[in-house]
Amino acid sequence: MKEKSNVNDVDRSLYDFRNDEKETYRLNSGLTKDIVEQISTEKNDPDWMKEFRLKSLDVYNRTEMPNWGPSIEGLDVDNIVTYVRSNTKMKGDWSEVPDDIKDTFDRLGIPDAEKKSLAGVGAQYDSELVYHNIREEVAALGVIYTDLESAMWGEYGEMIREHFMKLVPPTDHKFAALHGAVWSGGSFVYVPKGVSVDIPLQSYFRLNAKGAGQFEHTLIIVDEGASLHFIEGCSAPKYNVANLHAGCVELFVGKNAKLRYSTIENWSKNMYNLNTKRAIVSENAKMEWVSGSFGSHTSFLYPMTILSGENSKMEFTGITFAGKGQDLDTGAKVSHQAKNTSSFINTRSISKDGGLNTFRSSVSMTKGSEGSTASVSCQSLMLDSISRSDTIPAMDIRCNDVTVGHEASIGRISDDAIFYLMSRGLSEEDARAMIVNGFCDNVSKELPLEYAVEMNNLIRLEMKGAIG
Amino acid sequence: MQREELLRIKNLSVSIGDVEILHDINLVINKGETHVLMGPNGAGKSTLGYAMIGNPLYQVTSGEIWFKGQRIDDLPCYKRALEGMFLSFQNPIEIPGITLSSFIRSALEQRGIKLRLMQYKKELKNTMDILNIDESYADRDLNKGFSGGEKKKAEVLQMLMLNPSFAILDETDSGLDVDATKTVSLGIEEYRKKNDGSLFIITHNTKILQALSVDYTHIMVDGSLVKTSDASLIDDINANGFAQYEKDQ
Repeated sequence: MKEKSNVNDVDRSLYDFRNDEKETYRLNSGLTKDIVEQISTEKNDPDWMKEFRLKSLDVYNRTEMPNWGPSIEGLDVDNIVTYVRSNTKMKGDWSEVPDDIKDTFDRLGIPDAEKKSLAGVGAQYDSELVYHNIREEVAALGVIYTDLESAMWGEYGEMIREHFMKLVPPTDHKFAALHGAVWSGGSFVYVPKGVSVDIPLQSYFRLNAKGAGQFEHTLIIVDEGASLHFIEGCSAPKYNVANLHAGCVELFVGKNAKLRYSTIENWSKNMYNLNTKRAIVSENAKMEWVSGSFGSHTSFLYPMTILSGENSKMEFTGITFAGKGQDLDTGAKVSHQAKNTSSFINTRSISKDGGLNTFRSSVSMTKGSEGSTASVSCQSLMLDSISRSDTIPAMDIRCNDVTVGHEASIGRISDDAIFYLMSRGLSEEDARAMIVNGFCDNVSKELPLEYAVEMNNLIRLEMKGAIG
Repeated sequence: MQREELLRIKNLSVSIGDVEILHDINLVINKGETHVLMGPNGAGKSTLGYAMIGNPLYQVTSGEIWFKGQRIDDLPCYKRALEGMFLSFQNPIEIPGITLSSFIRSALEQRGIKLRLMQYKKELKNTMDILNIDESYADRDLNKGFSGGEKKKAEVLQMLMLNPSFAILDETDSGLDVDATKTVSLGIEEYRKKNDGSLFIITHNTKILQALSVDYTHIMVDGSLVKTSDASLIDDINANGFAQYEKDQ
């Protein structure tokens, strides 16, 4: 395998510790029908899911690799161990989680955060969820927060079957097909009609094994008039072989409902992050995305929103930070399919040390979307002259009486601004970090405080040593 | 009375790139003194302010700068600031995403001053009141969308909050209307009262000086200090302009 990652990382010791691999079960590295069947058996899939996986494999084999965007030639899917299961079953109490895995999450501060500010936590280690817990009072409202595998057998099995990969069908692209064939782990959330979950639910993904893939599936259904804030965090230690993350997130927002989905992705810099996220939003409902992309070697990430009901709304707030050796292709898509819908895509990207940022936005207004408005704003900041930032907006308007706006700006940190802050007693490093933090303010102010602090720390970490 | 020396500039020459802007400047400022620097446009007045605080675009090609008994011409700008220097910018920079309030607070923290949030807010509000700045400005992004006058007031606010021992005011009074000029004068008086801080005022406008007792006035022409005298020099300049000094060159 080609080693694409030869990045000298900044101090990532918090994330870069790795635990010995103790998985009991590791499959051959290629992807064949046998392997998919083995996965299905091992996971105790219902029959429909087994069929679904095999169909997806078929689509996968028929589908070409994407011929656009960043290079993924460092990724050789035939040599990726697609399924690594750690030697544990899912637990509902941290003390029952094996020590080495618990240690990982302790160091990431997850159990602590759960105590303080979360309504429920799921923690996935490599391919399997190792922990899931939800506060009693939230569960008492009928809120379901569990792993998808066991939920398929339970009361919500039919609901899952109706929704699973309906928004992101395996035919969407090659990695969606791969996901359909080998998906493992992830979460199922159901918020019943009229229930408003006041504190966030969180899910944390940790990919520890080397040369492996993580294919978690997140399915969230927020029923009529309900509301939820879901937070997803991701990290992995760094190895010298490429890892792959091809997760899938499907969000269903019912009439008058509201869903906020926040992600801070901080994968290590050998990760190929080919994640697909999509939401469908009904009448008078609102979808809010908050997305921070820091790590990974290469990312393709364009959360999509389908505004299917009248007066439905979406807001996307995103930030992407590309450092040395990183090629991050990110953005957002929205399809307005009903009257009086509105969308606002507001993003920031930062490139430094030769990092590449490409921002793609896609806005479509279909027939029948009269009275809708869409606005896209993209600002880029380049911290040096060897970095790169591109903006690629696409618009497809098939309806009169709609308003679509787009603005983009690319700037640098001015010497004047640094001098100004330094004249007040800030070191050059602090001055730069302050300017970058200010630039990211639109995202940090959308995050719960402790995540905003974490994001500022990440920026500070990335900015360390930015001065030659 | 012999006053304690605060700043000494010895035979200072300063360049931007290959162009020498300041030639052989000598200047001593003692604790508690107010100095005024006047001169025609383009004489190099702002350059002297920048050289004092250490703008990296300006190179000291010869000479020395001493502050509080320490040679500082090799110190980076922020260390000079932490030693007690302050520059009120002629054109303050807009910094999006950082509020005026949080910026001043982090600048105080750089000086080892950690106030409880409520106490800090109270102090900030009191100081803003002196300067007639609406309290909503505390939560606005630093200088962003401020009018010229509001930016200058925000500079004086920072000066009062950071409490430097030496403040350089680079045309802090330019572009202000009558009321704002009065307010800024009040702020400067407050600064003088508060800790006997020294001032180096670069100005065209003598209105701001009326309420201050000026110890020395310097005239700069073509990058050289051509005359130093007491406050009476200001009246002379008002009456006769700089032409007499320009001819001397």
